Amino acid sequence: MLFGLLVLLLCQFFGELIVRYLEWPFPGPVVGMVLLLVGLMINGGVPTGVRQASEGLLTYLALLFVPAGVGLMVHYQLIAADGIVIITTLIVSTAVTLLVTGLVLNKLAAKHIDEAEHE
Amino acid sequence: MNDLSTLWVYLSASPIMSIAVTLAAFLIASKINRLAGGSAFLHPVIVAIALIVAFLTLIGMNYQQYFEGAQFIHFLLGPATVALAVPLYDHLERVKQMFWPLIIACVSGILTAALSTIALVMGMGGSRETVLSLTPKSVTSPIAMGIAEKIGGYPSLTAGLVLVTGAIGCVIGPLLFKALNIKDHSVQGFTMGLAAHGFGTAQSFAVSSVAGAFAGLAMGLTGMLSAFILPLVVRFLGV
Repeated sequence: MLFGLLVLLLCQFFGELIVRYLEWPFPGPVVGMVLLLVGLMINGGVPTGVRQASEGLLTYLALLFVPAGVGLMVHYQLIAADGIVIITTLIVSTAVTLLVTGLVLNKLAAKHIDEAEHE
Repeated sequence: MNDLSTLWVYLSASPIMSIAVTLAAFLIASKINRLAGGSAFLHPVIVAIALIVAFLTLIGMNYQQYFEGAQFIHFLLGPATVALAVPLYDHLERVKQMFWPLIIACVSGILTAALSTIALVMGMGGSRETVLSLTPKSVTSPIAMGIAEKIGGYPSLTAGLVLVTGAIGCVIGPLLFKALNIKDHSVQGFTMGLAAHGFGTAQSFAVSSVAGAFAGLAMGLTGMLSAFILPLVVRFLGV
């Protein structure tokens, strides 16, 4: 478990390092995720400790978003002024995005989906 | 009495209070969500945020003071993002088989999310800051904040709206899959991860590990591609 946590932190650390050094526009943890994936592919399996640590964190993924979300209270005035526009946009645009993505993937991947169902 | 007030000053300055409040609010919110039959309208994260904002307002603590303690929970988002590589590795074979359909679906999803947002906000007469803060709404919050900063929105407003988008996606997604007869867990997961990032991923893990793995993949892929595509879209449209 501790070993797993260390592996996750090291991947994040090197992810941050690469992003800062090469001035890439995305955050370190995402690059860290790619590093860990490559590491697991080279290793040919997931070490028990890494699996335990990752399952532990992913179980509580939703909780980890709370502190950033409380930050909405800082923007009370802008939200009050453009509230209707913001909420309408969020609902309509999210629905359209789900619709387009779901239909495109369902159509393009139909062959693989059928195969998976027969397995 | 004097002792009690010094104690209070000490407690509100240490991280214990913010962390305990965050965990308690999340537990209460999860309980409320269960009592409401797991309705995504009362998403635990949104209810927990509302409870904490109410509590902080009540005791007169500002966001900076709260975040000084709560940052220890916030920090775990980093390793949790890295951890998404594990379910992804478990389902690598399916990801490889579906590689091109996934990339095409991802780019269409990103463009749909950005263009519909810009058209809707501008059509309804929202301010320029609102347009730019909302454009990265389907992108996972750390990347979305970076994009908002780059194109001229408010990063902290974006972070909050990204969460609201996530909760909305969790409500609409399952209804839409039913209406469109989309049953495959990999398609459901990928769609949820693209439109509703971490929230969609957390919800997909509750459906199945295949759905969760594809949601995590969609979240990472959408984040990385958006970081390149969105600044170009905004520049091209001259927003």
